[in-house]
This record gives sequence, C-alpha cells and structure tokens, in this order.
Amino acid sequence: MIKKTAAELGALIASREVSSEEVTRAHLDRIAEVDGKVRAFLHVDEAGALAAARAVDERIKNGENLGPLAGVPIAVKDVLATEGVPTTAGSKILEGWKPPYDATLVQRLRAAGTVMLGKTNMDEFAMGSSTEYSAYGPTYNPWDLSRIPGGSGGGSAAALAAYEAPLSIGTDTGGSIRQPGAVTGTVGAKPTYGGTSRYGLIAFSSSLDTPGPCARTVEDTALLHAVIAGHDPRDSTSIDAPVPDVVAAARLGATGDLTGVKVGLVREFSGEGAEPGVMASFRETVDALAKLGAEVVEVSCPHFLYALPAYYLIAPSECSSNLARFDGVRFGLRAGDDGNHSLEEVMSLTREQGFGPEVKRRIIIGTYALSSGYYDAYYGQAQKVRTLITRDFTAAFEQVDVLVSPTTPFVAFELGSRTSDPYQMYLADLFTIPTNLYGGPAISVPSGLSEGLPVGFQIMAGTLRDDKMYRVAAAVESVVGTLTPPAL
Amino acid sequence: MTAISREEVAHLARLSRLAVTEQELDMFAGQLDVILQSIARIGEVAAADIPPTSHSVPLVNVLREDVPAPCLPREKALAGAPDVAEERFRVPRILDEE
Repeated sequence: MIKKTAAELGALIASREVSSEEVTRAHLDRIAEVDGKVRAFLHVDEAGALAAARAVDERIKNGENLGPLAGVPIAVKDVLATEGVPTTAGSKILEGWKPPYDATLVQRLRAAGTVMLGKTNMDEFAMGSSTEYSAYGPTYNPWDLSRIPGGSGGGSAAALAAYEAPLSIGTDTGGSIRQPGAVTGTVGAKPTYGGTSRYGLIAFSSSLDTPGPCARTVEDTALLHAVIAGHDPRDSTSIDAPVPDVVAAARLGATGDLTGVKVGLVREFSGEGAEPGVMASFRETVDALAKLGAEVVEVSCPHFLYALPAYYLIAPSECSSNLARFDGVRFGLRAGDDGNHSLEEVMSLTREQGFGPEVKRRIIIGTYALSSGYYDAYYGQAQKVRTLITRDFTAAFEQVDVLVSPTTPFVAFELGSRTSDPYQMYLADLFTIPTNLYGGPAISVPSGLSEGLPVGFQIMAGTLRDDKMYRVAAAVESVVGTLTPPAL
Repeated sequence: MTAISREEVAHLARLSRLAVTEQELDMFAGQLDVILQSIARIGEVAAADIPPTSHSVPLVNVLREDVPAPCLPREKALAGAPDVAEERFRVPRILDEE
C-alpha cells in the first residue's frame, strides 16, 4: 500500500476499495517503523490525521466527489502555518508555537480532502542545502543514512523516498524543493513565483519564496500542483491568472512524444562545477529527449554565472528584514527577561539563543549588504544583475520551450562534510538559483544513479508556463522510470 | 585583503540585535570574509544603466475593496506570546526609571 502513487491511492479511496483511514494508518505505521532512522518528521499528528481520514471516508460514503487526492496522506514542511499544530520552521525560536490560523496552502490541502500526517524537518527558516541546519537535528537520506537528504526541505523529500508519505509540500527560495528531490530520487516542482500563495508561509526571502508540490511521480506532483496553485487575495504578490493545466501536460509527456518541443542547454552550465557522474547522467537524459523527438539546441545565458552572488546578497538582505519580527514579544521564545535587562537586551538575548549559526550569518550578511555605503555596491548591484538574469531567460524562451540542466552539481554528500565551510554548501544551489531570481517555474525529476545515488534533472520554463516543464519531466520519467531506494 | 573585520561583524551583530559570543565572532569573521569575497564578484558585471528588479511579478499596486471582516480574536492573537498581562503583550521596561 505505501508504495502506491497518490493517484492510485486516490482512485482506490474514491471507489471505496480501501478507506482513507486504512491508507493513513499504513503510513503512520511506516513512520513509526522507519522515522527513528530517517527523522523526516518534526511532528506527527496521528490523532488529527486519523480524524481527517475518517471525515473524508464519511463524505465519500455520502457520495461527495472531493477530487483525485481526497483521502491521500501528505506531509507538510514545517514552515507553513497549521492551526493548532506545532510549527517551528526548524528553529528553537519557535519551539512549541502553535499558529492561530492555517496557511492558504494548508486550507487548500484540507479542502481537497488530503490528510496531513505531520510537519517535516528543514534547515532553520529554510536556509541551507542539507537539513543539517535544523535546530532539531538532521534528516537522513533514505538512500544512505550517512548522507544528507538535501535542503532546506530535506524532511519533505526524505518522507517520500522512505515511503512515509506519497505526497509532500516544500518551499523553494533558491532550490529547497528541487535539490532535496534530486538527491533523494524524488520529484519536486517550484511553481511560477506568485503561482502559489505565501499567506501563512513563514517568510525567508519574500521576493523569492515559492511553495510547491513534491511526490515520487510527475503525475502525482502535477495533481498536487493543481490543488495548491491559483490566485489568493491574501497574498498581494499572488498572480491573478488561470493556472496552466499541469496535469494534462504531465499525461501528454508520459506518452513519450516530444515532437515539436525545443529544449535548450545552457552553455554557461556546461559542466563546470558538476561531478562527472552527474554530467554523464545529464547528457544521457538529453540524448533520450532527442530520441523522443525533442529538438535540442544550445543557448547562452551569460549572467547565470552571477546568479549565485546575486542570490546571496538578495536573499540574506530580505531575510535580515523579515526575521526582525522574531523579537520575543508576540510569539516564540523570550530570553533574559529577569527584570535586569532592557527590552533591547532581551531582544538580543532572545535572538542569540533562538537562532542557529546559519541564520545569524545570513542576518549579518543582509545587514551588511543593506547598510549605507555598501547598499549600491551590493544589494543595488544584485538587483540590477537580477534584471540581466531575467533578460537572459526571456531571450532564451524566445528560442526554446524549456531549459535543462542538472538540478544540483553533486549527489548527496556525507553529513558534516560541508557545514564548516558555508560557501561550499551554497554551491549546491548553483543550477537552481537563476530560476528563483527570474521567477519562472522549474522541476527536478530523477535521471538515474551515479555511484549508487540519485541524480536530478532540472527543467526550467517561462513564467506561467509550468505546463511545459511538466510535459518534459513526464517524458524523462517515461524513459528513466521511478527510482527505488534500498530497503531501510 | 579581508573583506570584513571582526570589529565590523561585532558592529553588524549589534545592529541586528544579536548578542553573539566571542567564540561566534571568531568563527563568523572568517566565514563571512570567505562568503563576502566570493560574492563581491557581482561588481564585475557592467550594470550601471540597468534598472533594478525587486520582484518578478510585474505588479505596481494591489488594491481591494475595503470590506469589514472578522479578524483574529484577542485570545488567539495572544495565545502564542511569551508573556501576557491585562490582555496585552507584556514587554520589559523600555525607558529608564529616574
């Protein structure tokens, strides 16, 4: 049961061959069995999940049609507010906090009848590429428990690979959905920025943060995308336009016919910085796409080489501003309030105790980049480079339907191997970051193995053309298939 | 040449309301220097005449009708606070007493 796709489970539940309660229980049992090793979850809401499952079963019994994912269990990254269910963003500063409302995305998951199993582990405030910066300890990659599951959404990806959940939600600011998907052999999509609501998402970098769907198959990812996407008046950057038909596109791609599709290879990403095994898997997949009828051409995006520095100025700048709200007054931790410290001292002590080292580093970098004297040279310059990267994308999509690259330069690395050198960690996002700066959609789909570990293939598309990336992703999947990790 | 000194990191931490320890200052100063030297190459790009992008969605302003709607009840808004007094957020003293 736990190895079935969400689409299969949804169909079985809708036809009442199995109940949502049975499916939910099977996944809760699996979590109890393996999560001591994987540690994908920060909180498992067993009672809430079973109650939600029973409610869905009741509604289906009464003849209600709740859609294709009704009754299917899902894991949600711990950065989305869930009413009454602990939400920490992986930080000590929010330990024990229970949000007073649901994020729009969570409301939509509930309305579609999905059953939330719990909240998944992540790098603190979604800053990191390995989940090692979670204040609650790392998540372990189900493919090899000595290796990282990617980050920041390592918990959401590991839960899928460990068959603890068939669906999960991630958020992608610089690659936090796609890179964990790549290193765990699962699928993760970053929708067009503004295509999914940020209401109730704990902010890291507001101009980049994009929640999105994760699953083990492209079709499941598309089905979840369709549930969560669409305009939300509560998010002022939400796009008021129809959601592209990503499910139809995924099904079209699954036929394995890419006739008429133009695929672009980014010249600037032609191998530098990526492991040989990753590049070999990438080239094989590109050849496979050509055999399916796609026309493959090379395009130049000269400013992509500056995406990493631009990102590591823009994201910390926004983070230093967003995280000012954690001041020990309205929610979360308060430290040093013993009558001998001023408000300002209490704030400083609270933030010192509540934030981990990566969050502090980024707050300091952001404060630096925004300070007078440096603003024009750093933050201002980064915003101009963002314009140039956007122009590169726009020009590329005049020539091709999608751009492709490896998702991340290396397969899952050993825990602890990059934490002492933060810049080495940042390089994990080399290929995923340009899309975030541009705002378009991108997806990671497995392209095979290198040294026995999963490799991800990234497909990037133009703004609001999420359907195009799903078509190509499904075509990749039709050749590669889904990857099965060794038994835990 | 270093991009950032230990003293500058200490100053930035103060501005950011982070009571960092001496040990953290030692660690951060070295790490931030590596990071800032790497990202400083952003300056190589000739972008003087390029308009900045703050946001990928081409929206200038978003307006809605001013319709009254229920807001978060007080007890819910206060439920997650570290300290509450008289139905308000309690904070430490702000002004020095005489």
